[in-house]
Amino acid sequence: MSADRRPLSPHLQIYKPQLTSVLSISHRITGIALAVGTLLLTWWLLAAAAGPDAFAAVQGFLGSWLGYLILFGFSYALMYHLCAGIRHLFWDAGYGFELETVYKSGWATVIASAVLTVIAWAIAIASA
Amino acid sequence: MASKTMRSMRTPLARVRGLGSAKEGFHHWWMQRLTAIALVPLALWFVVSVAGMAGMDHAAAVTWIGSPAVTVLLVLLIAATFWHAQLGVQVVIEDYVHGEGCKLVALIAVKFAAVLLAVAGIVAVLRVSFGG
Repeated sequence: MSADRRPLSPHLQIYKPQLTSVLSISHRITGIALAVGTLLLTWWLLAAAAGPDAFAAVQGFLGSWLGYLILFGFSYALMYHLCAGIRHLFWDAGYGFELETVYKSGWATVIASAVLTVIAWAIAIASA
Repeated sequence: MASKTMRSMRTPLARVRGLGSAKEGFHHWWMQRLTAIALVPLALWFVVSVAGMAGMDHAAAVTWIGSPAVTVLLVLLIAATFWHAQLGVQVVIEDYVHGEGCKLVALIAVKFAAVLLAVAGIVAVLRVSFGG
């Protein structure tokens, strides 16, 4: 049997989106977003090393509406990836594969990441 | 030998070339988990810290970055972040970029970018810390 005639599984759009599959791809998407977001972290650290003017420029950008939008997305992506990552670590250890548990941990990830993001912003608003 | 019934989904060519496990998969997998575990406390510490100093000026940032414990934790955070990030992005590239040339260029670019940004970040932290 030639390699190009081997059976293929159906393409992604055939499947109905489910909590499990949506959370799975979200883990990848937030991972990529966070990787891009490291540019911001590096810029912030380099600016701190460069001096007051450079640092004020970064802080000014982060304080703009676009900066807040990026920071909010960054913080939610981080909290989501962190919570979903912990869920993955439990799977790696061999726990939580029962269908009911998978859905429970899935919703726990959604809720915990939202709560952690709100807590982070509550701290920021309280100290600003 | 060639038989009418297929015994394996691997093509004979792939088997001949010896493609498959190069015995390094576990190391990649393990380092991704190790850096993930390290990043749980490091990332939470970083977010709580910078949120607690929202809108800080340069003097406050320098004082914070320069305190010994913060310097150590920031260097660890940067190292773990970029190590973890390049492992993850590597897997995504390997999954979605199918042209061998594009894949190779993308992998090299990601590895180089990760090292460049990590070194830049660590040097920045150390310059602030040592008052350079």
